Amino acid sequence: MATLSLRGIRKAYGATEIIKGVDLDIADREFTVFVGPSGCGKSTLLRMIAGLEEITAGDLLIDGRRVNDVGPADRGLAMVFQSYALYPHMTVRENMGFALKLARAPREERDRKVAEASRILQLDPYLDRRPKELSGGQRQRVAIGRAIVRHPKVFLFDEPLSNLDAALRGQMRVELARLHRELDATMIYVTHDQVEAMTMADRIVVLQAGRVEQVGSPLDLYHHPANLFVASFIGSPRMNLLPGTVASAGSSGLTVALPGGGEVAVPVDASRLSAGQAVTLGIRPEALRPDPEGGIAGEVGHVERLGGLTLVHVAIPGGPTAIMQVEGTDPSRPGEPIRMSARGEASHAFDAAGIAVPRSLQHPLAA
Amino acid sequence: MTGSLAGRVAVTVAGWAFALMLFFPIGWMVLTSFKSETAAIVPSLAFAPTTESYGEVQSRAYYLAFALNSVLISLGGTLLSLAFAVPAAYAMAFHPTARTRGTLLWMLSTKMLPSVGVLVPIYLLFRDLGLLDTRTGLVVVYGLMNLPIVVWMLFTFFKEVPNDILEAGRMDGARTGAEVWHLLLPLALPGIASTGLLSVILCWNEAFWSLNLTSSAAAPLTTFIASFSSPQGLFFAKLSAASTVAVAPILVFGWLSQRQLVRGLTFGAVK
Repeated sequence: MATLSLRGIRKAYGATEIIKGVDLDIADREFTVFVGPSGCGKSTLLRMIAGLEEITAGDLLIDGRRVNDVGPADRGLAMVFQSYALYPHMTVRENMGFALKLARAPREERDRKVAEASRILQLDPYLDRRPKELSGGQRQRVAIGRAIVRHPKVFLFDEPLSNLDAALRGQMRVELARLHRELDATMIYVTHDQVEAMTMADRIVVLQAGRVEQVGSPLDLYHHPANLFVASFIGSPRMNLLPGTVASAGSSGLTVALPGGGEVAVPVDASRLSAGQAVTLGIRPEALRPDPEGGIAGEVGHVERLGGLTLVHVAIPGGPTAIMQVEGTDPSRPGEPIRMSARGEASHAFDAAGIAVPRSLQHPLAA
Repeated sequence: MTGSLAGRVAVTVAGWAFALMLFFPIGWMVLTSFKSETAAIVPSLAFAPTTESYGEVQSRAYYLAFALNSVLISLGGTLLSLAFAVPAAYAMAFHPTARTRGTLLWMLSTKMLPSVGVLVPIYLLFRDLGLLDTRTGLVVVYGLMNLPIVVWMLFTFFKEVPNDILEAGRMDGARTGAEVWHLLLPLALPGIASTGLLSVILCWNEAFWSLNLTSSAAAPLTTFIASFSSPQGLFFAKLSAASTVAVAPILVFGWLSQRQLVRGLTFGAVK
C-alpha cells in the first residue's frame, strides 16, 4: 500500500546524463510498466527507486516521505531481478525467508509467510531444494516468492521474464497479472517488450534516452500516441509511417496527400496546420485493407501467412514498406500491384517535429 | 592441446623433467637426512640408511615447541590478514571508486620493498613495545606482510560473486554487515579458503622476520632449521633432518589441499 512520486529525478555518471529529469506519480495499487528500447534508462530509473543507484538530482517520495538518502534495506521495497539473483547457498525456503530472518521475525511467522507465498506460487514440492536444482520458471517463482514474503510497499520487477522461453513467458505474464490482483500491491515493472507492457500494465511509462515520452493506459498509448516514437514503439507489427504533405487542414479533419498520388483523410484537429506542410501519416497495419478504389498504391512484396492473419508487405513508391494486416488468408501474391485504403479512425498524423496532431475523438476504451 | 603424438610425448617429457628439477632439492634433502654425517658429504645414492640424525636433532632441540609456534603464528597471521582484507576487498570489489585500481597496485608495490630495509625500525619498535620474541609480534608482522596479496586474492574472488545477489540481499533488508556475513562470505568461501591456505604456507616458510625477531620463546620451525646450520661446521645430515621435519607438516598440508591451492595460485587466470 504505497504511493510513489518522482520529482525531477536525474542521474548522471560524470558528465553523461542517463536520466534527464523524470516527473511521475504512481498511485497506490497501480501496475506501472516502464518500457523503452535498451539504453533508455528504464532499469536505471528502477534501480534509483530501489535505492541501488544514487539519485543525482531530484526527489523520490514514498508515501510522501523523501527517501533519497534512505538505503535500499530501509525503503521497504522488494525487487525481482532479471537474473533472479537467488542465494545459491540457501534452499528455496531459506531464500524466501531470508528477509524475515534479517528482520528477526519469529520463526512461526517466518514459516507461515513462506508457506503462504509457496502456496500462491505452487512451490511446495521444491521448498528444500537449492536454486541450481530448479528450472528457470521455478527460479523465477522463487524470486517472486522472496518478494511476496516481505509484504513490501512496492514490488519492483527488472525485466523478470526475459530469461524465460516464449511459452513460459506468456504463462508468467498471466500469473503476474493474477498476482497483482490477488496481492493488491503497487508494482513497477521494467521491460523492453511492448507486449508485456500492453498486457499487464494499468499505466505505461514510455522512456527514450532518459526522458519520459508518454504516460498513459495501454489503449491510450495505442490509440493516442503523443509522438512518432511512441506510435512506432507501441503495437506489433509497428505502425506504418508514410511521409506526405497537407492537402487540406481544418479543425474538423486533415487530408494528407501521399507522394505516389492518392489522399487519406485523418480525423484530427488540424487547425494549426496549413496546406503544403510536411506531415507523417501513421496507419496501424490492421487499419489498412485492400481496396481497388483506395488512395494508397503500391506493390506487394513479402506475404506472411499466419493462418488467422495475413501480413502483406507493400512497397509504397516514395515511401517505406508498409505492412497491411488482413484477417484470414489474403490472396495477394508478391509482385502484384495493390491499392489500399485506411480506416480513418485508426490513422494518425504527426507534424514535422514528430508530435501527434490531436485526434478529434477520444477512443472509448482509452482512459 | 597439441594433436600429434610426438608433440604430446615432448610436452609430457618436458613436464616431468621440470617437475623432477623442482622436486630434486627436496628429495635430496630427505635422502641426506637418512645418511650418516660422513656419508652426507659424498654425493652418492649408495649409503646405509640411518635415523641417527633424527635422533640427534630431537635430542638437541624440542621440535614440538617450535612446531607449535609455527602453527599458532601461521594461523594467527592468516586470521589477522583475513580480518583486515575481507572488509578492504569487499569495499574495493563492490564499491569501487576511481582510485581503487591505484590503491590495489600501491598495496602490491609495498611487497617490492626489501624487508631488510625496514628491519631496523621494526626491530626498534618491537624492542620498545616489548614484542621481541613473542608470538603476538610475529603474528602482527606476518599478518601485515601478507596483507597485500591476501587483499588482491580476495578482491579477485569477490569480483566473481554476482553483484545482483548482494543487491538482492540489500533489497531484502541486509545492511553491510549482514550482506557480508550471510551472502558474501558463504559464496566466496572456496576463494577465502585458498587465500587462507596460501597465507598459512607463506607464514610457515617465512624466515627473515622470525630469525631476526625471535630467539627461543616464540621461535617457529624456520628458526629451528637455522639453529642446525651451526658455527661448528657443516653437518649436512643433521641440517637435512631438521629441515625435513620442519617442512613435512606443510608438505602434507599442501598435498591435502592442493585442489584449493591450485585455484588460489592461478587466481585471475582461470575464471
